[in-house]
Amino acid sequence: MLNVGKIEEGFVLDHIPAGRSMEIYRYLHLDKLDCQVAIIRNARSNKLGKKDILKVECDIDILNLDVLAILDDKITVNVIKNAEIVEKRELVLPEKIYGVIKCKNPRCITSIEQGLPHIFKLTDANKRVYRCIYCEEKFNGRFE
Amino acid sequence: MRHLMKPLDFSTEELDQLFDLASDIMNNRAKYAHACDGKILATCFYEPSTRTRLSFESAMLSLGGQVLGFASADSSSAAKGESVADTIRTVSCFADICAMRHPKEGAPMVAASKSKIPVINAGDGGHEHPTQTLTDLMTIRSLKGRLNNFTIGFCGDLKFGRTVHSLVHALMRYDNIRFVFISPEELRIPSYVRDELREAGMPFEEVIDLEAAIGDLDLLYMTRVQRERFFNEEDYVRLKDFYILTKAKMKKARPDMLVLHPLPRVNEISVEVDDDPRAVYFDQVQYGRYVRMALILTLLEIKV
Repeated sequence: MLNVGKIEEGFVLDHIPAGRSMEIYRYLHLDKLDCQVAIIRNARSNKLGKKDILKVECDIDILNLDVLAILDDKITVNVIKNAEIVEKRELVLPEKIYGVIKCKNPRCITSIEQGLPHIFKLTDANKRVYRCIYCEEKFNGRFE
Repeated sequence: MRHLMKPLDFSTEELDQLFDLASDIMNNRAKYAHACDGKILATCFYEPSTRTRLSFESAMLSLGGQVLGFASADSSSAAKGESVADTIRTVSCFADICAMRHPKEGAPMVAASKSKIPVINAGDGGHEHPTQTLTDLMTIRSLKGRLNNFTIGFCGDLKFGRTVHSLVHALMRYDNIRFVFISPEELRIPSYVRDELREAGMPFEEVIDLEAAIGDLDLLYMTRVQRERFFNEEDYVRLKDFYILTKAKMKKARPDMLVLHPLPRVNEISVEVDDDPRAVYFDQVQYGRYVRMALILTLLEIKV
């Protein structure tokens, strides 16, 4: 069993579907932060069989975690203070997502218009469908 | 200030008002001949179009207004790399209302977000073409006297035809409409449209044989198989003449069934059908002009 030490202050993203932690790492721009990050891939899980875990030692409020819900709303967000879990944050699907998902439709105006933010809107909360506000292309659930 | 981006931007009540206004314009041309005196319509067409651009220009000129614009991206600053946002900021200084066609989907929406004047989407790629849908609805309402209680057949390219998707969505808001989708297997109506119809509890069927279906229809909406939508020339050649509406087929249709087509027509309606009084696709063009006149007045908030 691989052991990664506790963090003092920060957050732990648990129950990430196996293999998708790097997507989240890139989306949260964790590479830009000057803090400790542990990426655990394919950890054993009773619930999922295999899962990924991200441990990040920084203030949770500087990050936008909204889009995690789109990826998988079963990801758990544990906020850590003084090496203890002080909060389990619920993931809620955001109404709009700014500049995170890129529209893949080559016919979309976002493919040529300079400086145009990529914006996706929640069009069906039950089916978790997001569409580009310009061309209405459906987000396929993958960030890259 | 309002823009028109999609056919569903207007409620059915607002559409009724728009069609009432278009009818009044049609019957009282002189009354509206100077309604837009001193106003300018900019037609910003980044890709070629005959009917839509001329229809907009004719609509504005018939209202006493004037028009300016460009008819292809090559003859605009887009060729120099200017963004849509910058173009509309400039156009806003020269005109009172703008009709924009663009090959990129969502371009008119970007324009609307930066514009000081109303923007009308005159077609954005394979996405939306709301004034065509308004034209179709206006034609049906004028010639059938209603927008409910009928069976409408859509025939041809139902996969890529944006006019079909838009009209289906627009008609889903009315009561007791039955849809018959007539297409080859390769050009079936997209699954998301079928899902939406099922969710809305709207009856529909899919068939391949036009001749077998035509007798049940109150309206037949023909479409062209568009060469530009195919990656493979072979598929296009195989499917382009899959349906040809002929006099013989029209004999099997009801005496009051109307034939609509967004035009341009290629082979899918034989020219021998043109003289049939049920062929109303050229009347449709005329209704398009009146509905655009009504739209310009509505968006400019001009009351006559």
